[in-house]
Amino acid sequence: MILGRVTGSVHATVKNPHLDGHRLLVVKPVDLAGQPRGRPIVSIDRVDAGVGDLVLVCREGSSARFVLDDPDSPVQAMVLAVVDDLVLHDPDGKDR
Amino acid sequence: MYLGRVIGTVWATRRHQALEGGRMVLVQPIDDTKEPVGQPLAALDTVGSGAGEIVLYVTAYEAAMPWLESHPGLEVAGVDASVIGIVDRVDAGAST
Repeated sequence: MILGRVTGSVHATVKNPHLDGHRLLVVKPVDLAGQPRGRPIVSIDRVDAGVGDLVLVCREGSSARFVLDDPDSPVQAMVLAVVDDLVLHDPDGKDR
Repeated sequence: MYLGRVIGTVWATRRHQALEGGRMVLVQPIDDTKEPVGQPLAALDTVGSGAGEIVLYVTAYEAAMPWLESHPGLEVAGVDASVIGIVDRVDAGAST
């Protein structure tokens, strides 16, 4: 999974039927300093994440089909967790 | 899934038989402010997208799934990108 920041949502009336009923979020991948990295990913929301949330995105289609219980779903990315806090460890074992 | 803009149509009479009848479009990847990111790609259009429209597309194995589902009997389809939604609106709230 990767870290990302929810920056918005996508609304599409015409779409693959397997996407019906799912919220689509725009998530920008971020590094550990919170800086955006790379292009945004449109992800299915499974945890009621909102704009500004730091989230974990699972970018594995087969996992998505398992979670959605839909073997024919062409989904590649899902928001599976909202991050409350990140603790980074120094090499000497202390938190910072 | 990713955001892109349809910038053209690809015509290819001689193609793999599994893709017969499929429409190919040129998609320019964009970010959530609709600015182009990276290089355009050719994608199978499964939703009837039109020139200039902002779309959702998937890559990798997931790209073949809508085509395979709508063509019973096919087991493989040589496609690595498919348009699977037409975007009505992107709500981009956060700046990060």
